[in-house]
Amino acid sequence: MSFDAAYQSKPFNSVGTRPLRPDGVDKVTGRARYGADFNMPGQLVARVLRSAHAHAKIKSIDTSRAEAVKGVKAVVTATDLPDLTDGDPALFAVLDNCIAREKVMYDGHAVAAVAAIDENAAKAALQLIEVDYEILPHVIDVDAATLPDAPVLNEAIFTQGVEPTPTTPSNVANRSEFGHGDVKVGFAQADFVVERSYKTEQTHQGYIEPHACVASCNPDGTAELWVCTQGHFVYRQICADLLGLEASKLRVTSSEIGGGFGGKTHVWAEPVALALSRKANRPVKLIMSREEVFRASGPTSATSIDVKIGAKQDGTITAAEATLRYTSGPYADMWAELGAMTSFACYDLMNVKTVGLEVVVNRPKVAAYRAPSAPMAAFAVESTIDELAQKIGMDSVDFRIKNAASEGTQSSYGPVYGPIGIGPTLEAAKAHPHMSAALGENQGRGMACGFWFNFGGQTCTDLNISADGTVTIAVGTVDVGGSRASLSLIAAEELGISYDCIKAVIADTSMLGYNDMTDGSRGTFSTSMATISAARNAIKVMRQRVAMMWEIPLEDVYWEDGHAHAAGTKHGNRAPLSVKDIAAEAANTGGPIAGHSELVADGAGVSFATHICDIEVDPETGSSRVARYTVIQDAGKAVHPSYVEGQYQGGAAQGIGWALNEEYIYGEDGRLQNPGFLDYRIPVCSDLPMIDTQILEIPNPNHPYGVRGVGETSIVPPLAAIANAVSNAVGVRMAHIPVSPPRILAALNDAKD
Amino acid sequence: MSSIAVSTTINDDDVEFLCQPNETLLDVLRNRLGLMGAKEGCGTGDCGACSTIMDGRVVCSCLVLGAEAQGRTIETIEGMAKGSELHPLQRKFIEHAALQCGICTPGFLMAAKALLEVNPDPTESQIRFWLAGNLCRCTGYDKIVRAVQDAAAELRGDTP
Amino acid sequence: MFDVTLWAGLRPLADNQKVVRVQARTIWELLRKLEERYPGLAGPIKGEVAVSVNGVIYRNDWSQKLPEGAEIMLMRRLAGG
Repeated sequence: MSFDAAYQSKPFNSVGTRPLRPDGVDKVTGRARYGADFNMPGQLVARVLRSAHAHAKIKSIDTSRAEAVKGVKAVVTATDLPDLTDGDPALFAVLDNCIAREKVMYDGHAVAAVAAIDENAAKAALQLIEVDYEILPHVIDVDAATLPDAPVLNEAIFTQGVEPTPTTPSNVANRSEFGHGDVKVGFAQADFVVERSYKTEQTHQGYIEPHACVASCNPDGTAELWVCTQGHFVYRQICADLLGLEASKLRVTSSEIGGGFGGKTHVWAEPVALALSRKANRPVKLIMSREEVFRASGPTSATSIDVKIGAKQDGTITAAEATLRYTSGPYADMWAELGAMTSFACYDLMNVKTVGLEVVVNRPKVAAYRAPSAPMAAFAVESTIDELAQKIGMDSVDFRIKNAASEGTQSSYGPVYGPIGIGPTLEAAKAHPHMSAALGENQGRGMACGFWFNFGGQTCTDLNISADGTVTIAVGTVDVGGSRASLSLIAAEELGISYDCIKAVIADTSMLGYNDMTDGSRGTFSTSMATISAARNAIKVMRQRVAMMWEIPLEDVYWEDGHAHAAGTKHGNRAPLSVKDIAAEAANTGGPIAGHSELVADGAGVSFATHICDIEVDPETGSSRVARYTVIQDAGKAVHPSYVEGQYQGGAAQGIGWALNEEYIYGEDGRLQNPGFLDYRIPVCSDLPMIDTQILEIPNPNHPYGVRGVGETSIVPPLAAIANAVSNAVGVRMAHIPVSPPRILAALNDAKD
Repeated sequence: MSSIAVSTTINDDDVEFLCQPNETLLDVLRNRLGLMGAKEGCGTGDCGACSTIMDGRVVCSCLVLGAEAQGRTIETIEGMAKGSELHPLQRKFIEHAALQCGICTPGFLMAAKALLEVNPDPTESQIRFWLAGNLCRCTGYDKIVRAVQDAAAELRGDTP
Repeated sequence: MFDVTLWAGLRPLADNQKVVRVQARTIWELLRKLEERYPGLAGPIKGEVAVSVNGVIYRNDWSQKLPEGAEIMLMRRLAGG
C-alpha cells in the first residue's frame, strides 16, 4: 500500500490526553441503542426451540401444530436453510450450529424457530413442535473424549496431522506441532526438571448484553439486519453466504454493543432470524435469553495440559515441552493449535516442543474469548516456571528475566522477534512497590507473564470536513470500549485541530468498504492507521485548494499546526489558513473536502504483560479474596490512557473470575447446570480491589504513532498469577482452574494427610 | 389473559398503561412506554442492568410485575438528568471513564444514586457492597468506584 | 531467493517438505509461485495463511516487499477475541 506505516517519533498534542468520549452522554442517559433497543414496524417476535439432549439423532420434526397457532407467521427448521456452504467445513459448522440438521450435538442446540406477533403466541407454538429424537451416548470431558471407548461424535473425523492418517474415526480432530531444537537433548542437560498436568474448565465471555437482532428480508433479495456484533461486515458476509443473498444487498447496521470479548465475532442466531423473516415476509426480532446465551453461544475451550520444563543450576532453561488438549465443541477448529503457539512465547529457548490436540465434545461450539487459548496455556506454563524457580532456589521474576525472549529470539511458534516488551514489563514488575509490599496472614503472592499476537486487517475510513470546518470520521470498526474517543484524538493530532471539532461515527455496511471485525486487539491499531491515512489525504486536498486560492504551486503549500502555510518568502506575507477557512471556500474551490482510506493495516506486532497479585485464603473454608492486583503492559503508545487502563483492568477482572470461580458445570446427563449469572459467578464489585495499572510505551515500529494492540493481553497472565499466589498461600500446587473454594479445601486437606 | 390497567408516576410524570398479569415492569418500560434505558441482561434479577428506583428503593425491574407499579413512584435512567443538566454521577462516570461498552451503566447509575441518597459519604467497601448487585464485565469496577466517590464528594460540597 | 518455512499442516501439500526455496519480490509473488509449484496449497493460501517476514506477521497485506535475506515463514491465520 502507498501508506507509509513506519513509526516516526514526534511530540504529541492530542494523543495521550484524556478528553471526554463522544458517545458518553448517550450512554449515561440511556439513549444509546443496543441490539435489543431497535424496532421495525410490523415486526414479529422470534423464539428458538433447543435440544435438551447432549447428543441425539433427529429422526423427525413435526411443526404442523405450531404453524396452526393463531399469531404464528413462520416456523423454520434446517430445511429452510439449505446447505449453500459448497464444501467449506468452517462455514458448514456455522450453519449446523445455527440450526441442527441431522443431529443435535449439545444441550441447547437449536432445532427449530418460530416467529409470531407476540411472545405468548411464540412460546405456545414452541411447545407444540414435536421432535422425535434417538438419544445417543454423549461425552463432555476433554480427556474422556480421547479414550478409545468414547462415543464418537462424527464418523467422518479422522485425526489430521498424524502420519499415517488413522483408519478409525475419533474425537481428536487435529494434531499440530511447533518448536525447534531437540527436547530430549535439552532435558538430558537439565539439573532440575518439573513435570505436571493441569486442567482448566470451560468459561463464557459473560457479556452483559445477550445476542439480539432485528432481521428484515424482502422478496426482491434485499435485506436489513440490525445486530449487536463485533464485526458487521463479517456478519454480512456469513449471513449472505448462508441465505444465498448478495452481500451488497444485505445492509447490516451494528448497534452499540454491550460487550463481546470475541463472543460476538461469530454468528449465532442471526441466520435463523433472517430465515424467519424471509419466510414470514416481515421483520423479525430475535433476542437470546441469558440461559440461551450460556447454553448456545460460544464458551472457551476446556483444557487438559501437560508441561515439562528443565533448567540448569544457574537458571538457564534447557528444554520445554507441552501437550495441550483443548475442546472445540462439536466441530473441529484450531483452538489447541493457538494454545500450542502461545505456550512458550515469552521465553528464549534452545529446545522447545509443543503439541496441540483438538478434541470434539458434546458442548456448545467454542468461540474466541479475548486472546483465545492463550490464558490456559499460560496458566500451565507459568505455574511450572514458578515451581521450577522454587526448586532451583531462584526468585520467580529473576528466573523469568534470565530466560525472557527479546529482539532476535526465535519464538517457540516460529518467527524471530523484533523489538518486544517482555523484558521491560518484568523489570518494571521487579521494581514495582507491589513486589516489596508486606504480605498479611494467610496471603500469598504470585506473578506471571502473558503474550498475545495483535492483528491489523482491512480497514476503511471516511473523513469529511463540513463547511464550518468541523470533521466527521466514519469508520467501520465497531467501537467496543471507547475507540471513538481515541480515533478522534488521532484525527485531531494529524490534522492539527481541536478534539472538540471532531465527531466519530460507526458506519453501516452500505457506507464503507469492507472492514474486518473488532478482534485481535486491532480496533484502535488499525482504525487509527486508516484515520491517519485519511487525514493525510484530506490535508493533501486542502493544500491543493489553498494552492488554487493563493495561485501558487502546490509544492509551496505546507501543513503545520492545523494550518496551510506558504513556504518561504517569495509569495509575500500570507496569513496561514485554518481548516475552517479552507472549508468555508470549499464550494467554490472544488466541492466538499474529504480524505478517504481503504487499507490493510498489518505488522501489528506482539504484546506482553506481567501481572502481580496477592490472594488471601481462609484455611477453614477455602474461600479466597483478591487483596491486591497490578497489571504492567506495553501499549506502544497509549492514545487515550484512561481507556488503555480500562482494557488492562477489564481483562484482569475477567481473568480473576476465570481463575477463582467461573466454570461450566455439567450433569451426568450432559446438560449444563448453571446457565445463569447466579451460579455462573463472575466477579462482582465487592470481590475486587482497585486494580493498579502501569502502561509501558515501547513504540511499535510498524505504526506511525507507535500504537500496539492492548485489548487482549491482559487476560493472559491472571490464571497463572492467581494460581501461583494461591499455591504460595496454601503451600500446595494448584493445578486445576478455577481455584474455587472446594478445590482449595481439598488441596489443604490433602496436604494435611 | 386479560390486561390490567395501571396508573403510576414515572420520572415525575403521571403515566397510565395496560399490561398482562405476567409482564414485568422491565417489559412495560421497554416495550410499552418506550423507556429503553433499563436493559435486560438476564431476566432473573442477577445482573442489575434493569435497575430502577421504586419508592426510593433500588429494584430489579425484571423482578417487579408491571401491575405492582400501581400507585407507586418510579425513577428510571431517563429521568436522572434535570433538563440538559446531567446528574453529578452521570458526569463523573464519563470523566472517570467508568464505562466501556456502557450496557451496565444505566443500572449502576440508578443504584449509585439510591446509595448516595441514603449514605452521602460511603466508604469504598460500602460502595462496593451496595453495587454488588450490578454486574460489569468490561471495567473491573475500579473506575466505577472512583466515579461514585468523586460524585459523592461533589454532592457533599467537598470538592474545591 | 528465499528459504520459506511451511507450518506442519502445509507440508503434506508440498511434497512433505519443511522448507521450500522461492524467488520473489513481494509476498504476493511468493505465494503465487508456491501455488503454481504445489497446486494443493491454493486452498490454504486463500483462507488460512499468514506470512511472517523477519518476525512481523502479515495476515492481509501481500503487497509487502521482501527484503534481502529475510526469514520467511508461512503460519496459520489466527483468531482473536
